[in-house]
Amino acid sequence: MTVATGLPRPKGAPKPAPPSAIRSPSRPSKPGQADERWNLRLYVAGETPKCVQAFQHLKEICEEHLQGRYSIEVIDLLKNPTLASGDQIIAIPTLVRQLPPPVKKIIGDLTNTERVLVGLNLVAVVQPKRRAP
Amino acid sequence: MASTPGVNPATVDKTPSGISGLDQITGGGLPKGRATLVCGGPGSGKTIFAVEFLVRGAELGEPGVFVTFEESVADLTRNVASLGFDLELLEKEQRLTVDYVHLDPSEIEEAGGYSLDGLFVRLEHAIKAIGAKRVALDTLEVLFSSLKDSTTLRAETHRLFRFLKDCGVTAVVTAEAGAHTLTRQGLEEYVSDCVVSLGQSVFDQSATRFLRIVKYRGSPHGTNEYPFLIDDTGFSVVPATSLQLDYDVSQERVSTGIAGLDGMLGGQGYYRTSTILVSGTAGSGKSILAAHLANATCQRGERCMVFAFEESPAQIVRNMRSVGLDLTHWQDKGLLQLRATRPSLYGLEMHLVALHKAIAEFKPQAVILDPISSFMSSGTAHQVKAMLVRLFDWLKAQQITALVTCLSPSSAKEETEIGVSSLIDTWIEMRDLEIAGERNRTLYMLKSRGMRHSNQVRELVIADSGVTLADVFYGPDGVLLGSAKLTEERKRAREERAAWEDGVRAERLLELKRETIEAQITTLRAELAAHEEETLRRIRAGKEYAEATRADRDSMTKLRNDAGRLQSTNGGRA
Repeated sequence: MTVATGLPRPKGAPKPAPPSAIRSPSRPSKPGQADERWNLRLYVAGETPKCVQAFQHLKEICEEHLQGRYSIEVIDLLKNPTLASGDQIIAIPTLVRQLPPPVKKIIGDLTNTERVLVGLNLVAVVQPKRRAP
Repeated sequence: MASTPGVNPATVDKTPSGISGLDQITGGGLPKGRATLVCGGPGSGKTIFAVEFLVRGAELGEPGVFVTFEESVADLTRNVASLGFDLELLEKEQRLTVDYVHLDPSEIEEAGGYSLDGLFVRLEHAIKAIGAKRVALDTLEVLFSSLKDSTTLRAETHRLFRFLKDCGVTAVVTAEAGAHTLTRQGLEEYVSDCVVSLGQSVFDQSATRFLRIVKYRGSPHGTNEYPFLIDDTGFSVVPATSLQLDYDVSQERVSTGIAGLDGMLGGQGYYRTSTILVSGTAGSGKSILAAHLANATCQRGERCMVFAFEESPAQIVRNMRSVGLDLTHWQDKGLLQLRATRPSLYGLEMHLVALHKAIAEFKPQAVILDPISSFMSSGTAHQVKAMLVRLFDWLKAQQITALVTCLSPSSAKEETEIGVSSLIDTWIEMRDLEIAGERNRTLYMLKSRGMRHSNQVRELVIADSGVTLADVFYGPDGVLLGSAKLTEERKRAREERAAWEDGVRAERLLELKRETIEAQITTLRAELAAHEEETLRRIRAGKEYAEATRADRDSMTKLRNDAGRLQSTNGGRA
């Protein structure tokens, strides 16, 4: 299991390759949920293209919308198969929003950003015109 | 066509399912190392099928993994506990793993392509953890209702079955029945080795569960709809129609429990393993005859099972005590079991399954069904007959003597309503006869295959001390019974006595006459003798007189001639 640490990363530092953990700089940037912590968990099974892609997409979305307020925990089920039942994982990759409640699950490689934002309940804070990553 | 050596089409490796009766229909079980699709509507027993498959597997030394998509582990454990399955214990003993896959569509958002690797990982882990040989997925279709991307799901389902095959596990996959297809999601496209369909049919408000093997690649199998029962020990399928007409026959005879009836059957009673029908109108004594067989069976130390469809066990015991049969005694000894069921309790086929199960458990030597006519309320005549054929067949195959009673409407003559007569070995017809203001019970053999049997109508006399058979009186006015018979018998006796006395008197008169006439003859003889004597005397006297007269005349003549000669000399003759 690759667990996201709570360590802050200097801005502009190179992004680590997935699966790994990142944590956004603690810089509240969005209104409304400024003080909310976002705990995200990404379940993968080995470094398949879908998994790598999912992680990249997730990180981009987080950086854009939740900068500094999120942590991502990547769990590789090939290494820890017993963890699959805890979050009721059947599809790979699966993103689980553990915090804030309620628990949300998004399956797929997260290429459909709209759906990810809807799934994460981030629609409220999404700008009408999305900036290119 | 000559078969190729070494290639036998029927050698698909099979895993005994352990489900009672199913292995008989499938010729050994489910295809080993492959997936079997079990489809059916809601409440058709798919989950129980899957659970029992695993529980029996665990008992046979094949650990199993149960993946439930519908019920939580706690719910499932509680639900199947009523069937006698202790999932907790099996899990503790590492013989079973239950994994609950919960999918909440409201929690899940699909954003991009995915695979079901999570499920695969979970399955593979569970299989490896306990060395599982069996897997059940109940029901996979929940995936299709929870996830939207059906293209992915189809591809993944396909991969799942390949994965299961690669794992070498024998799998049971359940699926909801579709409106026009076997399953709602067309899973039968993926599972092509064995498909089992479960269903229910309702007749006259009684439901019957049935099971059908839709296909079984590479293996012959029974094709009918087999009724099955789910009760406190799980699934029971009745493979009755797969039976052949090849059972052993017994030469042994068993007593009917009534000496007179044994006498009517060549003096020895019924054949063991035969099927006996006692038909008759209401109150003609059918149950009493049945109870006597039960009594006789228990007296030999054998077990007897009575299925009553109209009376409670306590009522039967009380009623039979009134004719001198103590059934409680046999119940206490464990030789007799009385089971009362309402015919309307469940459908016809369910009755059959229930009978099967009870008989298989108790293993009686004789079985009594009282009466089979009550089944008429549970199905059409054809269905009832089909069910009874299967039951009788099976009982014969189990070497069980069966006696069934059948209430016949008073109008019908020598024909049961159900039309099972051709299946019956010994048929006893009982009838009430109303003569001279009273009803009396009669009994006769309609047929009794393979033995000498009486053609006589007998009267069944029921007394406190028991049942006896009496000869009936057959006179010019027909059959007479009861007090009419008594009256007639007395009348006859009087007539006979009168006739006898008349004869004696006539004989005496004859003697008298003879004596008189003989006396007369003696007198006449004496008279005749006297007359004869007199006549002879007179004849003799007459002759003597004539002779004397002639002699006188001769001497006179001589005298005269002498004198004449003298005169002639004097002139000769004038």
